[in-house]
Amino acid sequence: MYIVVVGAGKVGWNLARELIGKGNEVTVIESEPSRFAMVEEELEHAVHYGDGSELWVLERAGVGRADMVIAVTGDDEDNILICQVAREKYGVERVIARCNNPRNLQHFELLGIKPAVSATDLILRLIEHEVPRYGFLHLLDLPQERLEIIEIEVAEGSPAAGTMVKDLGLPDGSLAIAILRHGAGFVPLHDSVIEAGDEVLIVLDTGLEAKITERFQPPAEAA
Amino acid sequence: MFVLIVGSGRVGSAVARSMLQEGHQVSVLDEDAEALALLERNQDQAWEDLGGQFTVGTALEIDALLEAGIEQADAFVAATDGDNTNLVIAQIAKRRFNVPTVVVRVLDPARAEWYSEQGLSTVCPTAVAIDMLQQAVRAEVKG
Repeated sequence: MYIVVVGAGKVGWNLARELIGKGNEVTVIESEPSRFAMVEEELEHAVHYGDGSELWVLERAGVGRADMVIAVTGDDEDNILICQVAREKYGVERVIARCNNPRNLQHFELLGIKPAVSATDLILRLIEHEVPRYGFLHLLDLPQERLEIIEIEVAEGSPAAGTMVKDLGLPDGSLAIAILRHGAGFVPLHDSVIEAGDEVLIVLDTGLEAKITERFQPPAEAA
Repeated sequence: MFVLIVGSGRVGSAVARSMLQEGHQVSVLDEDAEALALLERNQDQAWEDLGGQFTVGTALEIDALLEAGIEQADAFVAATDGDNTNLVIAQIAKRRFNVPTVVVRVLDPARAEWYSEQGLSTVCPTAVAIDMLQQAVRAEVKG
């Protein structure tokens, strides 16, 4: 594959090295002179000097024959523009953009730049997975199958208390499979009523934790 | 007409002042609070006393755009010092907020040309300067 990487910061440089190691043809574009000089010592002709959002710089790097363009500069507007131009002007089929500020993800989405990768967002999601805000336990993780089972406690004042299972509003891809109450457990029916103090076992697609916990979170904590 | 101008440098502030003088409602957004000084240069009154609105915030922040009144805007001018920023926020104004008139300043003639082919109303001061300089040289040579 021929891959153009824009931005030779830590991400771009390491990415380029790995991609070259896997046998790809790679050109990295870097606009900062001292950074360019440093990267050039290692990557030699595989690094070009210039502003990767300038069309002639992209053209000189051979964007027209690139199989993939990866924009990993520190500026989200630059990454959006580079990917937009690569795809829409030069017909590059695959683009990947780095999103530095997760608040800007909506702009990538609006302009159809995907995938947009945000390290901050990834870490935030990992934190939510490892240390959930609202108390639940991971009982079982099947990372390959992307399934997990969690146990969640129904606190006093939780919107789930006094609600039938079918009215819980659990997202698609999740299912309440057991309720533990007073030391005993049972498999709930759709009209079983959940009580405060219950522990509910839910099977879910990985990534739905936040959507599920918001159904159990007492309103005061929601803020 | 309600005009929202993002970027209050030499260009943005001059456009803002003249639109306000023409009787339009004008809101200016700039990341630098000091940019207000440019708006008030050679004016007897403060910008807000003249009826102008000024918001401090960065152009990509939706909250700042909302505070500056993008939802009410009839016209949007992207005039920050970054071509890419201008091109991105202009598309946000157009596609997300459906602002009827969107004008973008783009210094790089190549990007200005391509995005204008895509339907954005771009203004390229560099291309204008190139034309004018050529004309001026030709006029001198003939004379």
